[in-house]
Amino acid sequence: MTQAVLQAEGLTKRYGRRVALADCTLDVPPGRVVGLVGPNGAGKTTLLQLAVGMLTPTAGRITVLGDRPGAGPVQLAKVGFVAQDAPTYANLSVEDHLRFGAHTNPRWDQTLADERTAQLGLDPRQKAGRLSGGQRAQLALTMAIAKRPDLLILDEPVASLDPIARREFLSGLMAYTAEHRTSVILSSHLVSDLERVCDHLIVLTASRVRVAGDVDELMGTHYRLTGARRDAADLPAGAEVIEHSAAGRQSTFVVRSVVPIDDPSLSVEQLTLEDLVLAYLSRTAAPHRPELETAR
Amino acid sequence: MIEFHLDGRSGVAPYMQLIQQVRQAMRLGLLREGDRLPTIKDVVAKLTINPNTVLKAYRELEYEGLVTARPGVGTFIARTLNEEAAAVEPLREELRGWLRRARAAGLDPESIEALFATTFRAQLQESA
Repeated sequence: MTQAVLQAEGLTKRYGRRVALADCTLDVPPGRVVGLVGPNGAGKTTLLQLAVGMLTPTAGRITVLGDRPGAGPVQLAKVGFVAQDAPTYANLSVEDHLRFGAHTNPRWDQTLADERTAQLGLDPRQKAGRLSGGQRAQLALTMAIAKRPDLLILDEPVASLDPIARREFLSGLMAYTAEHRTSVILSSHLVSDLERVCDHLIVLTASRVRVAGDVDELMGTHYRLTGARRDAADLPAGAEVIEHSAAGRQSTFVVRSVVPIDDPSLSVEQLTLEDLVLAYLSRTAAPHRPELETAR
Repeated sequence: MIEFHLDGRSGVAPYMQLIQQVRQAMRLGLLREGDRLPTIKDVVAKLTINPNTVLKAYRELEYEGLVTARPGVGTFIARTLNEEAAAVEPLREELRGWLRRARAAGLDPESIEALFATTFRAQLQESA
């Protein structure tokens, strides 16, 4: 499986005048656990719903596992989706859910579904409406993985869970991907949830993709530089400034640079993934600040 | 068998922490030739981390010749690492002596640590 999991080119979704997703271009390689990060309202759900075919683009193009999302039964069987807040049928039992899954999915794996419900200690006769939030999320995940998809898409799967349920959910998901090598895309407005589980990251703010790539590559090309106060223009060539702040005699920059920064007048530090994402988020929150400062 | 843990504040990449823990356990004799490392699935479920992180650590250990992967069976420790043990004890004694002299010279623990760390790093850079 070397085919891209998701490819988008100029992908745009508008609701009347409101732009939910603008000019989104992505190329997600297979076998990754992709973190889609951004504040609430950034367009994460729109992107995910375009990927499963629940929405159609206003402009641009998107392919998932080489085909148009929702193109037909074969395509639908390849993608597992858990919508925000892990919706389940309150009046149906756990057993009913699994029976429903078995009837509607050609690749359904009943053994996997039974194993998982037993492991989680879910009572098959319990109504979904009476499960805890964590159990409901686990049931929704069980439904999505028992259809044995090649790609699993999860919209804010842990947002409403307490820390223990969150950890259990994510470790179950990781154990599953370790065994079945399924590609996963999951969104969150918190980087800390995703920091250790993702190996590919997409940062989305104000309906645009700000940065996307393999985590190792992102970590290896972003640096925090501190030194005597200076203009961004005086930084080594090739360093793209993501964030810039100054206090007293000191300047601090977050930069992206493919070549290592070799300037003895600057102290160079590695960033954590969380700091890296925050730099991109604050850049969109105050896009003109650095220019104003140079103009003064 | 080794049980991994991760220190989120250490600043050391998770895969590197796993490698260091295996090396450390080998040096201390807690892991010996033929011992099996936990499966990728077990490590991933326990630490809630990406499977590729564990894969990368195990590959690196294999590249260093410390472990052997037998497909479908598991990953096994390839050799016993306490041959250096004989050299360790005299070195530890010398270091103890040096630490006593540093204390006698009036350095506090923090200064001693800083002195050791900076000298150690400078030495590494020189020899690199």
